[in-house]
Amino acid sequence: MTAWTPDQPIIRLRDVHKSFGALEVLKGISMDIMKGEVICIIGPSGSGKSTLIRCINALNDIQKGSIQVEGQEVHDPKLDKLALRRKVGIVFQQYNLFPHKTALQNIMMAPLKVLKEKPADVEARARALLKKVRLEGKENQYPGELSGGQQQRVAIARSLAMQPDVMLFDEVTAALDPETVKEVLITIKDLAAEGLTCILVTHEMNFAREVADHVYFTDKGLIVEDGPPETLFTSAKDPRTRSFLSQVL
Amino acid sequence: MAVKPSSPRKTMDVLLPVARPFGSGSLPDDLFLARWLGNMPASWVLLGLALWPTFALAQSGPDAYNAFEKLLRWIPFLFMQGFLFNVLISVLAMAIGTVLGTFMGLGLTTRSALIRTPVQIYVTFFRNAPWLVLLFIILLAFPFQVTAFGMVIPVPGWMKTVIGLALPVSANIAEVVRGGIQSVPTAQWEAAESLAFTRRQTMWQIILPQCVKRMLPPWMNWYAILTMSTPLCSLLGVNEVISLTRQAMEAEGNRPELLVPFYGFCLILFFLYCYPIARFTRSLERKFAVRS
Repeated sequence: MTAWTPDQPIIRLRDVHKSFGALEVLKGISMDIMKGEVICIIGPSGSGKSTLIRCINALNDIQKGSIQVEGQEVHDPKLDKLALRRKVGIVFQQYNLFPHKTALQNIMMAPLKVLKEKPADVEARARALLKKVRLEGKENQYPGELSGGQQQRVAIARSLAMQPDVMLFDEVTAALDPETVKEVLITIKDLAAEGLTCILVTHEMNFAREVADHVYFTDKGLIVEDGPPETLFTSAKDPRTRSFLSQVL
Repeated sequence: MAVKPSSPRKTMDVLLPVARPFGSGSLPDDLFLARWLGNMPASWVLLGLALWPTFALAQSGPDAYNAFEKLLRWIPFLFMQGFLFNVLISVLAMAIGTVLGTFMGLGLTTRSALIRTPVQIYVTFFRNAPWLVLLFIILLAFPFQVTAFGMVIPVPGWMKTVIGLALPVSANIAEVVRGGIQSVPTAQWEAAESLAFTRRQTMWQIILPQCVKRMLPPWMNWYAILTMSTPLCSLLGVNEVISLTRQAMEAEGNRPELLVPFYGFCLILFFLYCYPIARFTRSLERKFAVRS
């Protein structure tokens, strides 16, 4: 295998199959994602969207197929998971901040303990990240003292502190109040505009339409249809896509 | 507003965002003693104290005055030589039991069956074995002295009872630790994993610091149980407060009117020591129930 170069897909999925026991959740998914692209995965609940992006980060294993990140096979038993997780960050629906640490400590913890970077550098970066997600002044607040939207932005900053090449967003606004959804989406939009490769699982169709370079519609573990947002949202070919979009738009 | 005894736990279940992932998490009631003892209103306690001399009077009439007078002379000795020794035994057994129990608790949550299975057997055995039987086994099985590097170190009986009490305590603390670890949502493990923390780093830096608070009330509950079990050592010839009380009564002529004043005094000592612990345990539990 030749070394990965930036003109090749940064993430490459081929015929990915994933089962939980007898239940087959992914039934052969293939995708190519280029560096700097923003990808949205949409589809009905239970169509395997979240499972798919968790597989990219090796949080779930796969039964068949191949997932490569920068040319490296994710499900190779010999894979250096530390190296993979430095490259791929993930933000969860339920934020999952560490409740016993302040916002700043949450962001600093992994670079300090995992990457063993210098505390002064990490702190400067963490403060800059908090500023970037518009949470200046919340450094010393504990997660329990922050709103859902604020917690989610701390979670985004925490992932960014590892300086990943790819960010995965797993329904990051699904648990939020409608009024706080916007502040999180603005943060993600900023990141996309900076050229960070982003893969989003989302139910926010207007946001997907606005921010995505490419949209995948999945149903029952398969990609039904994909294309640029303007095509997919206005002139979907598959009847399943059309019926889904007519329900959510 | 009156707080009903069982309400915090119920409301907490509703607030927990993620169901306990493997098995039961903490046991349905791991604070049984503290709940029972800590729920006693202070007025009952004062009433009980007032009943003590009344009961002695009812039993033995005017002789009881005499008996209380005798008790008064023994109180400093019984407290200093006896009860403080019980406290020492309980503190040492708790310290050993906690260190051992923490590692056993970690063993219960490990992925390796090679470690987990023997730990499970240890925990199940020592949680279910009667404490008195364990104490007798340790007393008889342990040598009276240990020879190390040419030095002969005697092992007195009371040290053996510390070990004998530490074993069942460690098994119960192991369950407390396991329950605490497993009450942390699996999402915390995932978040740590996605940030490239190793399993060990996750355990010591993310999971355990979160559950220390949750483990504190059941830990204190076990300390109170342990303290109240130290009189078992009197059956093994250790000169703790019950043994000394019996000796004191013998020195005073072993008269029946001595029984209620002398043993009642022991009961009060244990109560006065454990009641604040139980109250504190309950208040901690209530505080954490509201916070989480």
